[in-house]
Amino acid sequence: MQETRTITLTVNGETISEAVPNRLNLIDFLRGTLGLTGSHVGCEHGVCGACTLEVDGAMVRGCLIFAVQADGSQITTIEGLAEDGRSAALREAFIQRNALQCGYCTPGMLASALEYVESGGAADRSAIREHISGNYCRCTGYQAVVEAVCDVIEGRVST
Amino acid sequence: MKAPDFRYTRPVTMAEALALLGDEENEASPLAGGQSLVPMMNFRMAQPEILVDLGALKELRGIENADGGLRIGAMTRYAELAASKLVSERAPLVAMALPHIAHAAIRNRGTIGGSVALADPAAEMPAVLQALDARIELVSASGTRTVPASEFFLGMYETALEEGELVAAILLGPVAAERRFGFHELARRHGDYAMAGVTASATARPDGTFVDWRIAHFSVADCAVRATGAEAALEGAKPTDAEALEAAKEALSEIDFSADLNASAKTKRHLAGVVMTRALEGM
Repeated sequence: MQETRTITLTVNGETISEAVPNRLNLIDFLRGTLGLTGSHVGCEHGVCGACTLEVDGAMVRGCLIFAVQADGSQITTIEGLAEDGRSAALREAFIQRNALQCGYCTPGMLASALEYVESGGAADRSAIREHISGNYCRCTGYQAVVEAVCDVIEGRVST
Repeated sequence: MKAPDFRYTRPVTMAEALALLGDEENEASPLAGGQSLVPMMNFRMAQPEILVDLGALKELRGIENADGGLRIGAMTRYAELAASKLVSERAPLVAMALPHIAHAAIRNRGTIGGSVALADPAAEMPAVLQALDARIELVSASGTRTVPASEFFLGMYETALEEGELVAAILLGPVAAERRFGFHELARRHGDYAMAGVTASATARPDGTFVDWRIAHFSVADCAVRATGAEAALEGAKPTDAEALEAAKEALSEIDFSADLNASAKTKRHLAGVVMTRALEGM
């Protein structure tokens, strides 16, 4: 018998109350229970970064938080970042730079890159690489991702 | 890979948390940032019956001035340490180590107390705290005690924590203006577990020589270890003194090097000397 607990949290601006199993992690709750499948699941142990999303203003691993821990939190998934326009410039830059191929890492990569841009990060390629070092991409070799982030910081993208 | 089932509690008072952790009827585990515990649960390396989430305990958070030094609450997140002016001013070695601890998203959740309590042999903080002569404040239902960092880390995931005890805070003494610090680690990819790393502190004298060395290696043995032989070899020498450095590298033989997935014990022995040389170059 799985232990459950009722949590109330805000997801992409909407207040949600749900009974969840204690052992359910946040990303599975968002994808499986709420149907928000934009943020991906990769390794399930915090290494690949595909599940990166925003909890209470910080980008974190969705697979390393149990949904019960997020009780009372403000969550923004990749859908939320798109809806409110926050990720618009980065998405456009990713397209222009061809910074994705299969797209599996892209939601997490956008989330991590957005934190860098929004925190006033410089167009410094090594600093950008360091910031996205927790996000695996097996297609691009990262160069195009780094260029896309630089384009946004240096204002070369219009949306 | 999903975590096994568990009971979940989120106490709002220390008394409640300590009662839960001290209850011998249950196998309770504190949950700090969860950046190591949750993966360990997913791998079934850890299967606590009860998780005591420390996230609501405000008294475990924050960075305070303490007699010219710092008192860092155990639940203070790495990202909070990195953003703190107090930390960069009064604990520069902590600030030097922070960018090497995993990745930004992990640092947004991971806590200093969690790292200390876990005592992962590859973690930076246990070595940093030994090089700073830090003290660890432990709390349980029966009271509070402090243990020097040099006596706290006992082995692989093994610490001086007793049943029902919790890491409450990290205590750092004031830092003299002449104190210098060094840090270096080698990792295959930025933010990965180190293949070998070192932390160092020493007092610079006007003639350029350094005394009162503290050197602690991590990710080379079962736990972070002080390199006391190397410290003795460097006493009174300049960090760039080739002869003293050779003797210090030689003295690293006292460490009981152990292999991991990254490298053999022999390679670790070699890398321990490499990181020490590079850390000293920066002092």
